[in-house]
Amino acid sequence: MTRTFLGMPATAPRGVGQLRGEEPFPAGARRALGDAQLRRNLRHATGTIRAKSAAVIDEVPDWAELRAAGRAIKTDAMARLPELLEQLEAAVTRAGGTVHWAADAVEANRIVTDLVRAAGADRVMKVKSMATQEIGLNEALEAAGIEPVETDLAELIVQLGDDRPSHILVPAIHRNRAEIREIFLRAMPGVDPALTDEPAALAAAARRHLRETFLSTRVAVSGANFAVAETGTLAVVESEGNGRMCLTLPETLITVLGVEKVIPTWRDLEVFLQLLPRASTGERMNPYTSMWTGVTPGDGPQAFHLVLLDNGRSAVLADEVGRQALHCIRCSACLNVCPVYERTGGHAYGSVYPGPIGAVLSPQLTGVADNASLPYASSLCGACYDACPVMIDIPSILVHLRGQAPHPRAEAAAMTAAAYTMDHPGLYAAAQRAARLSRLAGPRGRGLPPPLSGWTASRDLPEPPPRTFRQWWAER
Amino acid sequence: MRVALFVTCLADTLFPQAAVATVRLLERLGHEVVFPGDQTCCGQLHVNTGYPDDALRLVRRHVRVFAPYDVVVAPSGSCVGSVRHQHAVVARRAGDERLAARAEEVGRRTYELSEFLVDVLGVTDVGAYYPHRVTYHPTCHSLRMLRVGDRPLRLLRAVRGLELVELPQAEQCCGFGGTFAVKNADTSTAMLADKMRHVLATRADVCTAGDASCLMHIGGGLSRLRAGVRTVHLAEILAATEGTGAAGERERQGVRP
Repeated sequence: MTRTFLGMPATAPRGVGQLRGEEPFPAGARRALGDAQLRRNLRHATGTIRAKSAAVIDEVPDWAELRAAGRAIKTDAMARLPELLEQLEAAVTRAGGTVHWAADAVEANRIVTDLVRAAGADRVMKVKSMATQEIGLNEALEAAGIEPVETDLAELIVQLGDDRPSHILVPAIHRNRAEIREIFLRAMPGVDPALTDEPAALAAAARRHLRETFLSTRVAVSGANFAVAETGTLAVVESEGNGRMCLTLPETLITVLGVEKVIPTWRDLEVFLQLLPRASTGERMNPYTSMWTGVTPGDGPQAFHLVLLDNGRSAVLADEVGRQALHCIRCSACLNVCPVYERTGGHAYGSVYPGPIGAVLSPQLTGVADNASLPYASSLCGACYDACPVMIDIPSILVHLRGQAPHPRAEAAAMTAAAYTMDHPGLYAAAQRAARLSRLAGPRGRGLPPPLSGWTASRDLPEPPPRTFRQWWAER
Repeated sequence: MRVALFVTCLADTLFPQAAVATVRLLERLGHEVVFPGDQTCCGQLHVNTGYPDDALRLVRRHVRVFAPYDVVVAPSGSCVGSVRHQHAVVARRAGDERLAARAEEVGRRTYELSEFLVDVLGVTDVGAYYPHRVTYHPTCHSLRMLRVGDRPLRLLRAVRGLELVELPQAEQCCGFGGTFAVKNADTSTAMLADKMRHVLATRADVCTAGDASCLMHIGGGLSRLRAGVRTVHLAEILAATEGTGAAGERERQGVRP
């Protein structure tokens, strides 16, 4: 057993993994907004999932209570995380597994790479996992001469297309089936050139491609949706069954688990297994729920390694307001209801965690300065908060993080001056009159300088009225 | 009832007709309206743009100005949302527990107009007359921070002469979001484009809402397109009666259609 001191919380290191974008959100968004096909794909996909999810949530009479329970369990788990993790470690070890502690992405990648090498493998098959995307595990494995094969259909599409995931649950949501067919024809070895874009035909092609991998690969890497501290049980929920293939067929299974995934008791799963599928895929129950506890002799992988990943999570936990972002169960309901995400897609966010939850999680994992545009990538409409199955108050965290973001100097000076003016009613009334008389803005505001011209690029400003309200009141 | 008007800085400066209408409506319903002259801005712009330290003095001012009143009414869901949900947070962040407690007290006595009419006064028919085809946009903060629900629609349905048409995908944000409209102007515009598409699909001649800010956004886009649909605050519709309902009030206020 290795131990890493987690005393002073550090943020996720730079130069590894995928938590930071190369450009600020508005620049990525601008490019995405110009892609009419992307806009159409996203509108269709998010609209479909929204409707499906809303319908199955409506069926549950105690949805509000379930959400409150989910929040309460997560709040409790985060309040005693060290204790639960040690309990989990003991239970997994007792059941024949080996637990590794990784302070950050670099350590986690090294641990996994060493384990794969020790198993004598040059290829691993992967269960869809956000944690391994976050730390850039595939890139680290490739650098070590190990080939990672994504087995989740959408992740496979992304991998074959040499693309980046753009959604937590549906990583290829930005692709339609015609584009997927083209990717398969281009990049899938041995694919039938007569492949059509029928969903069943595409799935069958992927199945043939993956079957060989499932039967011949001796090491699998997964994440996990939940880890039960009292029993040491890991759980993966999925729709395709490819995850279960990876979790049961290989000799060695390595699971990378963000430390916030731990829940106290087996019984707590009851709440989350109801919340997650309805909020995420709009299913009453996900088709495959795989659970395993350490190693079972003669059945399934005979070596099991659990890598507990911090990578900035302790820093998130240290923030009283922001820590509820760690409650996230990666359902993506907030992405599907977000009017910003629906129009820009996931790539604009830079991080593997897009959408509203990404806008609060990524800046906290990296430190706000490294993702300073993300807390502003929201109109604060609040749809995410309503949709969240564990009631994360995302708008409040966004506002909280904006307070920590570095501000442009001119903006900061203007805001301070505005606050001073507004704290002096006489000055405030004078400023109101000046705004009306000076007409600096030009007709309908078209003479405004940047950044205010961002408004007038597409919107007129109202003509200032002849009298302010307070003038009218004084004269009436 | 004696009602203190929380005018909001935006209505005071750019949309006085919404505030005037609020006064006329409340007076017509038999209530005394007072206007505490030392009020300026609730500080929401500062809070939401990431300047809670600057916002603190505005929160302190707002609480001081409105603390003496039993009932405070504003023609805005967003500003009432800020008063109710953000002021105490700003105060606590600054370590001022006493201010936070007072802010919560003021927040409890502060109402958005439709809440005040329906919940406090218990009235849905305010005796208005407004002979236009109207669609209603539920603003995000009135909908999701205040949960005004269908109160504005119930008020509108009782207006004589008014033909209410449902706005498709009404609950989607118009893209305003305060400084979001400037910092993320492209995304904001994309959201606005869809909102305008839905407004135009209703063939309404008036789009109404409970917030002058969102209406400034939607109206600014419609005006740029010369779409021939105007935005009118809910208060103006509810204040309209025979003789003012058509166009008179608007022109007297000098507001460009």
